[in-house]
Amino acid sequence: MADVFIDNKFIGTVKDGYSFAERFISERRMNRLDASANILVDKNTSNVYIETSSGRTIRPLIVVKEGKSLLSKKHYEQLKANEIAWSDLIKQGIIEYLDSTEEEGALVAFDEKDLTTEHTHLEISPTAIVGIITALVPFGHHNSGPRLLQGSKNQKQGIGFYAANFPLRMDTDSNLLHYPQVPIVSSILYDLTQYEKHPSGQNVIVAVMSYQGYNIEDAVILNKGSIDRGFGRSTYFNPLVAEELRYSGGLLDEICIPDKEVKGYRSEKDYRLLDDDGIITPEAYVKEEDVIIGKTSPPRFLNAMDEYNLATNSRRESSVSIAHGDQGIVDMVLLTESEDGNKLIQVRLREPRIPELGDKFTSRHAQKGIVSLIVPEADVPFTITGVKPDIIFTAHGVVSRMTVGHLLDLLGGKIGALGGRFIDGTIFDSEKEKDMRVELLSYGFKENATETMFNGVTGEEYKVKIFVGPMYYLRLKHQVRNKLHSRALGPIQLLTRQPTEGRAKEGGLRLGEMEKDTLVAHGASMLLKERFDSDKTIIPISDESGIVAVHDARKGRNYCPIAGEDAGIEQIEMSYAFKLILDEFKSLCLYPKLNLKSKY
Amino acid sequence: MEKLLEKYSDKLPQKLIDEIVNNVPKNITDKKLESIFEAVYKEYSSSLAEPGECVGVVSAESIGEPSTQMTLDTFHLAGVAEVNVTTGLPRLIEILDGRKNISTPSVEIYLKEPHNKGTDITKIAAQIRETTLRSFLSEINIDITTNTLSVLLNKSKLEELDLDYKIIAKNIEKALKGYKVKCEDDYVLSIKHNKEGNLNDLYKLKEKLKEIYVYGIKGIKQVVPVKRDDEYVIVTAGSNFKEIIKLDFVDTFRTCSNDVFEMEEVFGIEAARQVIINQIMTVLEGQGIPLDVRHILLVSDTMTMSGHVLGINRYGIVKDKPSVLARISFETPLKHLIEAALSGEVDNLKSVIENVMINQPIPVGTGLPHLITRIVNEKKP
Repeated sequence: MADVFIDNKFIGTVKDGYSFAERFISERRMNRLDASANILVDKNTSNVYIETSSGRTIRPLIVVKEGKSLLSKKHYEQLKANEIAWSDLIKQGIIEYLDSTEEEGALVAFDEKDLTTEHTHLEISPTAIVGIITALVPFGHHNSGPRLLQGSKNQKQGIGFYAANFPLRMDTDSNLLHYPQVPIVSSILYDLTQYEKHPSGQNVIVAVMSYQGYNIEDAVILNKGSIDRGFGRSTYFNPLVAEELRYSGGLLDEICIPDKEVKGYRSEKDYRLLDDDGIITPEAYVKEEDVIIGKTSPPRFLNAMDEYNLATNSRRESSVSIAHGDQGIVDMVLLTESEDGNKLIQVRLREPRIPELGDKFTSRHAQKGIVSLIVPEADVPFTITGVKPDIIFTAHGVVSRMTVGHLLDLLGGKIGALGGRFIDGTIFDSEKEKDMRVELLSYGFKENATETMFNGVTGEEYKVKIFVGPMYYLRLKHQVRNKLHSRALGPIQLLTRQPTEGRAKEGGLRLGEMEKDTLVAHGASMLLKERFDSDKTIIPISDESGIVAVHDARKGRNYCPIAGEDAGIEQIEMSYAFKLILDEFKSLCLYPKLNLKSKY
Repeated sequence: MEKLLEKYSDKLPQKLIDEIVNNVPKNITDKKLESIFEAVYKEYSSSLAEPGECVGVVSAESIGEPSTQMTLDTFHLAGVAEVNVTTGLPRLIEILDGRKNISTPSVEIYLKEPHNKGTDITKIAAQIRETTLRSFLSEINIDITTNTLSVLLNKSKLEELDLDYKIIAKNIEKALKGYKVKCEDDYVLSIKHNKEGNLNDLYKLKEKLKEIYVYGIKGIKQVVPVKRDDEYVIVTAGSNFKEIIKLDFVDTFRTCSNDVFEMEEVFGIEAARQVIINQIMTVLEGQGIPLDVRHILLVSDTMTMSGHVLGINRYGIVKDKPSVLARISFETPLKHLIEAALSGEVDNLKSVIENVMINQPIPVGTGLPHLITRIVNEKKP
């Protein structure tokens, strides 16, 4: 007797689990059960588990019977002639979907040659082992598993031609590459996913070498000439939104150029770019603090008097403006209606992004790096034929990470460029390194793709041969322009008088508790005090009662709430946060008395 | 030479002087020896902690940083078959917290001659291990007519351990209240209720009897004899150090428990301090973390300087801090604050954390030196 579970719920027992599962599978192959239902007999408990739930990952495999693949030549011909389709193969039980449960009991052959009578299934293609994006890594079978995964993660962040209708879209935070190219070193997945319709990188000449030590720790060096010719150029789009909200009592937001009576009116200069309708004109160049959409809102709290007196002077300013440090050109203005039927305005800003120091680039093999130097074209090393690399990549990145695929990518790129063809780098099914070397030799290059190169500054020949050739490089969406941040003085929080937090609020960089400990450990007492002076205040303290005295600005003097005016009052420097905790002690009905004493 | 030794006896620790004297050639000239002493003194004084150096924070960081790299939850066999000892981070936390009930107490029992060479080792092991009556039992019968339990003991097992069954009878009597245990003829005990008992009680007693402690040391769940270098050591799971060192074959000079409190109870606070040091070092070495022992010395001194073992937590050393602000800056501030307010405590702002809070220079490093003389405005006559 074997217990049967459907989606981990016990439903009954069968006499023999194995024959039951066999029958279940044959019924499924005869298209009498759903193709996505899976079954497993646990070898230890002989329980039967049937899975029908949604959300399982299932993958197709060719059914094998008695060591022979059911997918025959006849099927291939029929498929080619378009007589049958994929769904027919599933209906006929030639291909079936397995989930992780049923895979447990299956033995899957990697290749048709490997088939034995033990095998239950055959891979449709070895490439199907990995996912779509991972299969975009050419020569991926030469990389280590973790690198392959990271490489595919990097590719998701690549800037490219992400949608053909981009001028009509209002995506937040989107980038568009200006001259996207199809990679020379390709794979079958590039054809299947129609990559040529939405490419996200460029073929550039890469030299694997050092250049004045600027490419240590994964940094890459760019050729200024390449950037001027358009390498890596992109546009950044980001829309700003304003909505005319409705409030209780029939009050409305109003999109307009705010009246000068409005609370929080900025200045005439800030509104100068707005049209009469309160919205900015397309193609206007805007900088930080400029108002994009003028808007006023009704007052937050209404008291009884105000209800009869809804003049403009009680309204407050709530315009949308450019954030601190941002700039751009107004690309498109969209007037529409929100889900609630309110007037909705979206203004899309566009900003050209030319590669600069700190921008992130990567090959397809998790070899990402930051631009550390942009070299004038005249100083870039060159080969004997005068080819100048667009990117100089460090050789130290390869040895420890063992991304051999990266090297083969370059080798393949060189052959593809010379032979005028695309190179097939499909994972587990690529062109062979040996053949590629022979082919490169036939084009008159060294078979290991190295070339003699010359110092761009002095013209001297380098003593070593440099590994150089075309490679597909991606510009990633992480750009310094969106991240650069610094602050000396700036906004503070109302409660604590400490600096605000985060780039958006022009905040400070926190010297946290553990960082504090390092200063303490060094005995850097004065430095520590200075670092924490951000909320320094001078507070009058009553000498007698030891609590915070009151400053009477009208009379221009201090008095102690306990000891009165005659008490000796000292001006004490302390952090504002400490003054707050003293207040908090008082709220607990504790008396935090400060005993003042001269330091000297 | 004597002169030199005299001269440096104040400057260098005796251990270093001895080491130099033992390592220099016998016929060394005084001049050369002095230059050696001078060089050693220079090195020695440069490695001393500077006045005002923040040794506590340095220790905390030196221990804290590598322990973030330790593998969490490492329960492994400490080189011994079947004795499971907590190591790694959980053990480190356990020691530093000053926990009374540690998860895996264990004693390493060193033996006196000739037992440390393996003589009677199994017998000794059995003498230490807690044994219940179940292991010596071969039969229990109930006599309904006389309301008596008769227990038949396993003769061969007792003989194996050279054990008198009367001792077992005594231990049973001790454990059972209101019952009389009589030794009948060979290896048979009869147990009878003092008053008129009913049969039901006897049935219950029969089950209870099996779990009664009869022999060995209470609390020792497991004993494993291990060969360490060329002698035998008994490692136990479970600990009862007080009883163990009473045994006459135990080498009381080297036998040691991993339970800090137990060691404190038996040998005093200095022993507890040494156990803390040894145990922390064992954990760190087991994880392959090289750490200067002086950091741990500081921690263990802090934990034991009050005369009792205190944990590094809010019930232990933090509670003893003189500064109110320092206490409330670490866990359960309100509790500490209200206690301080009730007794009207004064914070003299003498330490680091309270001065960070009010943003004054902290009294370490460059913040330590002060002017001692008062500056007086000299008025010219």
